[in-house]
Amino acid sequence: MSESLRYIQAVNAALTWALDSRTDTVYFGEDVALPGGPFGATKGLHKRFGSDRIFDTPISETGFLGMALGAAMTGLRPIAEIMYADFSFVAMDQIVNQIATIRYSSAGRWKAPLVIRMQQGYSPGACAQHSHSPEAYFAHTPGLRVALPATPDDAYQMLRTAVVSDDPVVVAEARMLYPTRGPVRTDAPVEPVGGARVVRSGTDVTVVSWSRMVSAALDAATTLAGEGIDAEVVDLRWLNPLDFDTVAASVARTGRLVVAHEANLTGGFGAEIAARAAAECFADLRAPIARVAAPDVPMPAAPALQAVVVPEAATVADAVRRTVRA
Amino acid sequence: MGLPDDYRLMARIRRFEERLTALKDAGEIPGSIHLCNGQEAIPVGACRALRDGDHVTATYRGHGWAIARGVDLTGLFAEMMGRDSALCGGRAASPYLSDPGRWFVGENSIVGAGVPIATGAALTAQRTGSGAVSVVSIGDGAMNQGNVHEALNLAAVLDLPLVLVVENNVYSEMSRISDMVRVKQLAERAAGYGLPGRVVDGNDPDAVYDAVAEAVDRAREGSGPSIVEAMTERLVGHYSGDAQHYRPAGEITAARQREPLARIRTAADADLTARLDAIDAEVDAEIEAAVTAARAVPHPDPATAREHVYV
Ligand SMILES: Cc1ncc(C[n+]2csc(CCOP(=O)(O)OP(=O)(O)O)c2C)c(N)n1
Ligand SMILES: [Mg+2]
Repeated sequence: MSESLRYIQAVNAALTWALDSRTDTVYFGEDVALPGGPFGATKGLHKRFGSDRIFDTPISETGFLGMALGAAMTGLRPIAEIMYADFSFVAMDQIVNQIATIRYSSAGRWKAPLVIRMQQGYSPGACAQHSHSPEAYFAHTPGLRVALPATPDDAYQMLRTAVVSDDPVVVAEARMLYPTRGPVRTDAPVEPVGGARVVRSGTDVTVVSWSRMVSAALDAATTLAGEGIDAEVVDLRWLNPLDFDTVAASVARTGRLVVAHEANLTGGFGAEIAARAAAECFADLRAPIARVAAPDVPMPAAPALQAVVVPEAATVADAVRRTVRA
Repeated sequence: MGLPDDYRLMARIRRFEERLTALKDAGEIPGSIHLCNGQEAIPVGACRALRDGDHVTATYRGHGWAIARGVDLTGLFAEMMGRDSALCGGRAASPYLSDPGRWFVGENSIVGAGVPIATGAALTAQRTGSGAVSVVSIGDGAMNQGNVHEALNLAAVLDLPLVLVVENNVYSEMSRISDMVRVKQLAERAAGYGLPGRVVDGNDPDAVYDAVAEAVDRAREGSGPSIVEAMTERLVGHYSGDAQHYRPAGEITAARQREPLARIRTAADADLTARLDAIDAEVDAEIEAAVTAARAVPHPDPATAREHVYV
């Protein structure tokens, strides 16, 4: 069965599933219970599940992410919401020093089955402190799983996967995708963690992307098809575990690689993909690897400035043209 | 419980820390160690108020809490020796060890970070109706960390069964607490969270027990968190290798008169002294046996270095 849902509705459906099917789940964050979430992700959940299962916290990201860890260690399966990914930075100690390390540092005697749900990326007029795409920080941290759903269906499937995972998972959605609509397989079995997906087959170049940039890559591929360039688009979906096999297999077919993300260029996760490809796909590559990313500036708020900072389909298409004609 | 039992437990902690110091000097302990010599009455008095299933979270200065909670001595020594201990397999060492089997959520090497985590253990207790409480120890300096503030308010508004024990040993590393805060007692801050706060003599296990037991009862009956500030002094440096140049002349000598074991010794008559001597001898033997057993624990297999990152 598949339903047509907006991305944000798919999130809501996944959370409903989680609270309904697993009595060990609790959901908390700022404005999530009575108000139904700043973007409506938790609409109706408090009414249905009550304050025992979903509740509002003070504006204390460190406090409630630490609470999520302690609760996960002692038997609950918390889902904690960070309103904007930018606010995760005030809680980095709990994420990096605590949540990510406890399993390893106890030789597996503790586990931390929790989800940190957040939404990231720019939106028109949003300032530098509400536009970060911090996925590389999390992917850099051993002990965390990192999920970036690009479609309503993945918003549903990947969040459910995160909930049942016994490892801590950062699920970073893209606010700009919330209004997008698509089919959601609401009766699909819960998928295992990980797995990239070829979302468009092509022969000339591989474009690897995730989150909002997948749709930009697909739009670019449509434009490029009219110019005789056949691009393959890979939605990486999970940065951890990283399904590099799917990337390598695609590069083996196309011989060219472009990586596209909205996060800043330097040290972005695109650099990791490029490094892996250089090391493992060297013989297949017929052109230098290209990266599409925001330049190394904090996000400006003015639309006129965002227009030259935020990578879009045209930015991806330009990079592909240069790579194919190199 | 009472005097001989408390004495034995405090002596076990003291002897453990002394033996650990000797092992450190002999090169058998790779990392730095933070000892609780002089502060033993706090974990001993507090843990006397707990029952099985109650969680304890401590700091890097947490060997006493681990021991008072019943964590195995051999495991502790082996873990600190970097061996493949049954506790954390050598991955945590002195400042970050834990033991789920003894409800010891563990130490923490980041100042204050244990308080939000302990709040989570309290959340589990509340949501599952287990009746357990969560006790967390921090130092005086940690009261200035944002994580502690966030967790206390969070625990307060959720009425969680949390007891915060602040071990005020007057120093955070080399800085005096009186230079770092504008309140006389840290427990005064409890009012800012709408919580009860008490100051107790942290060198008296009975005083600590009374205050913690009251807080634990309150937590168990669903009335929410409390803060207990236990006044104490370190008899040793902040960490192994601290020359303590910042401590005024005579301070440590004076502290030696006030510390919990000396206090009991000073007040003891001949009969009690003989019993305490016997306890000391037993504790010595127990610690020595644990060291011997720990030395027999192998070092972790390097081939396992990548294990346990994920399920
Ligand atoms: C976030 C953080 N900042 C600084 C340190 C370094 N540090 C370790 S212990 C300590 C002093 C803490 O003092 P207090 O809370 O009084 O505890 P005590 O060591 O006296 O038991 C400091 C500053 C740290 N480990 N973590
Ligand atoms: Mg101190």
